[in-house]
Amino acid sequence: MASIDALQKEIIEDFSMFEDWMGKYEHLIEFGKSLSPLDDQYKTEDYEVKGCQAKVWLHTEIVDGKLVFEADSDAIITKGIIGLLVHVLSDHEVDEILNTNLYFIDEIGIKEHLSPTRSNGLVSMIKQMKIYALGYKAKA
Amino acid sequence: MRTSGERCSSKSWITSTQVKNNKLETLEEANTIAVMALDPNKIRADFPILDQEVNGYPLVYLDNGASSQKPKAVIDTISKYYEHEHSNIHRGVHTLSGKATEKYELVRGKVRKLINAAHEHEIIFTRGTTESINLLASSLGRSAISEGDEIIVSELEHHSNIVPWQLLCEKSGAKLKVIPVDDNGNLELGAYDELLNDKTRIVSVAHVSNTLGTVLPLKEIVEKAHDQGALVVIDGAQAVPHMSVDVQDLNCDFYCFSSHKMFGPTGVGVLYGKEDLLNELPPYHGGGNMISRVTFEKTEYNELPHKFEAGTPNIAGGMGLGAAIDYIEALGYENIEAYERDLLSYALQKLKGIEGLRLIGEPEEQACVISFLLGEHHPSDVGAILDRQGIAVRTGHHCTQPLMDRYGIAGTVRASFSFYNTKEEVDILVAGIEKARSMLG
Repeated sequence: MASIDALQKEIIEDFSMFEDWMGKYEHLIEFGKSLSPLDDQYKTEDYEVKGCQAKVWLHTEIVDGKLVFEADSDAIITKGIIGLLVHVLSDHEVDEILNTNLYFIDEIGIKEHLSPTRSNGLVSMIKQMKIYALGYKAKA
Repeated sequence: MRTSGERCSSKSWITSTQVKNNKLETLEEANTIAVMALDPNKIRADFPILDQEVNGYPLVYLDNGASSQKPKAVIDTISKYYEHEHSNIHRGVHTLSGKATEKYELVRGKVRKLINAAHEHEIIFTRGTTESINLLASSLGRSAISEGDEIIVSELEHHSNIVPWQLLCEKSGAKLKVIPVDDNGNLELGAYDELLNDKTRIVSVAHVSNTLGTVLPLKEIVEKAHDQGALVVIDGAQAVPHMSVDVQDLNCDFYCFSSHKMFGPTGVGVLYGKEDLLNELPPYHGGGNMISRVTFEKTEYNELPHKFEAGTPNIAGGMGLGAAIDYIEALGYENIEAYERDLLSYALQKLKGIEGLRLIGEPEEQACVISFLLGEHHPSDVGAILDRQGIAVRTGHHCTQPLMDRYGIAGTVRASFSFYNTKEEVDILVAGIEKARSMLG
């Protein structure tokens, strides 16, 4: 499994192929559509990430000592973005997740989605992912 | 402060070429032509914020329902106030305070005239519509509501015209009743008749729905409520920016609105109430200005309107509201209404032409507010792609979750227009939605 850092670089390279916002967003939308949906049993209030205008669900588990994320949203751009977050962070050790600086978001030109003043709550998504990691670390 | 001479220059907003017809003999004819001729490009020049690019595209601001932009006259009035005129009001013996008080009180007169209230002291300044409604819920709650009483709201209300009444119901044991909305976004008046009875104490409804644009048939609503002895509160936040309001003609008991949705600054609003009702109502906030004599044994309250205006108000905001009213009156509601009617029908016709676009609500009478969904796409996806193209719309539930539940949807995309929006901007919106449709697939 590639490191979080390597995965971020891969995404940046991937998005650098597109010159304008339209290409980037279309790529994001396609990526969102390519992701398999979250199992319905996790699409409940218990798994909901609050603070998003679109619904966002996040499920986590530890597999072979690594934290695995699965997420879904009823909005496709949101699903694309959380899909990228999952792609980067999932299946890594808790410490690596906690120590990560998610610089790829700035680099690929979707930063406006992560402004804490926007009501789309992706900041809550990242926070939630790190809280899970912290929780597992505390338990371990 | 604009002089009355400057105000008369409003004629320049009306295209002079339209009035060149020599056959115009009566004022009425001239007015009819002027009505069709409000020139948005001249108006746009008064709103500095509109002249900018957002995300590399010219800004198309269609979120007026959330808050309108401000003309330079409003911005300048506020600057001038702080640069030359500021002082606390209703207090000092010194000249600055006297002048500031006089000017602030002039605004009360402008508000009175704008909504045709009978007296200036029926105009209470608040922080906004939300505070106006909370004031009523609190003060009426202490004087007019007891267990078993009923309060009626409608299904299309903004949360700020639901939650204050819910809080009052929880506290008093009164019951909240809801007038349902039909598929087109009209109130079901038959159901309203059935809800009304001798236990009804308050009917509180919007003048215009912030989500659907529905203009409610207020006169009928007011008359029927009064027949049962109930008081009527109107949330006029979405009406005043678009249409002339006459509170005496409506015969409503209270009318609430916000400055920031009608081209004035944020943080100021109005509560209108009939004189005798306001006199009976206990005060809301206690503090300075609202008293006539304070001892530790008992406090006597000031007279209207000061009884409801505790503490130092938003003086600069009030001055700005005054300038906004001057601006609206210079344009003239007749002109604004005619222009927006034309813009609305153009926008509706264009939007209906978009494949897969579904209008949410097509009410009998509609202000310049349109809610829609695009296919199965989430409103936030559509809004994000419009935003990338410099188009500002609102997406989500618009603080009307019960209404969203009524239609079984989580939210809508809402385009809300003002008199500075143009048909060209409607075309840009339509092209932007088409782009969203092709990108989202």
